[in-house]
Amino acid sequence: MSKKFMYINRKAPYGTIYALESLEVVLIGAAFDQDVSLAFIGDGVYQLTKGQNTKGIGQKSFSPVYMALGDYDVNKIYVEKESLEERGLTLDDLQHLVWEDEDEDYAEKDSIRLVSRSELSDVLDDQDVVLSF
Amino acid sequence: MTMLHTVNKSPFESKTFDTCLGLAKGGSTILLIEDGVYAATTGNSVADKIKNTSDINFCVLDADAQARGIEGKLAEGIKVIDYEGFVDLVAEHDTVQAWL
Repeated sequence: MSKKFMYINRKAPYGTIYALESLEVVLIGAAFDQDVSLAFIGDGVYQLTKGQNTKGIGQKSFSPVYMALGDYDVNKIYVEKESLEERGLTLDDLQHLVWEDEDEDYAEKDSIRLVSRSELSDVLDDQDVVLSF
Repeated sequence: MTMLHTVNKSPFESKTFDTCLGLAKGGSTILLIEDGVYAATTGNSVADKIKNTSDINFCVLDADAQARGIEGKLAEGIKVIDYEGFVDLVAEHDTVQAWL
């Protein structure tokens, strides 16, 4: 039986290892056919921003991996509205993440769901397992 | 005495930037590095703090800004420096305070 897994991402990328470790665990969970959701709150929203170029800091950029999540059936990506606003960001500053719905002739659909804090709280309440990064 | 302050924490998740700003004297330099560079972006709740501080030089490390894709969103008056510029700043100031 598949369980509902929620991964909460609260850290900016590159400054700490949390963002990359979360991605690794998310992909493992998806490989085991679980129902996976991701939430990005606080500085976690910075993980999804466009235009990351890590050449100068000598680290590998994992930014493109978020684009691949849809192919692993990870297509419920919740971004908290309040966190974006606090940082002067809008949806346009984030990568456009999509997935293909095989039930609808592989129609391309948005993976990111912009939610308010109270809506996110309901989503959290609905999970079987919650993992925090 | 001039002091170079480095801040490497995001201003949204830590009080480091506020503490540094509160203790930095006029004429000193605050260099934002690693996750600290987010303090240099416009349109957020932190931007006004830099805007309202006129006697401190604010710098941001280019490589860290680029890694986070914010080089196009930097506030006015913030100097972008490379690693060599970082070394120059260390040499130019009497002391370095690395806020952690």
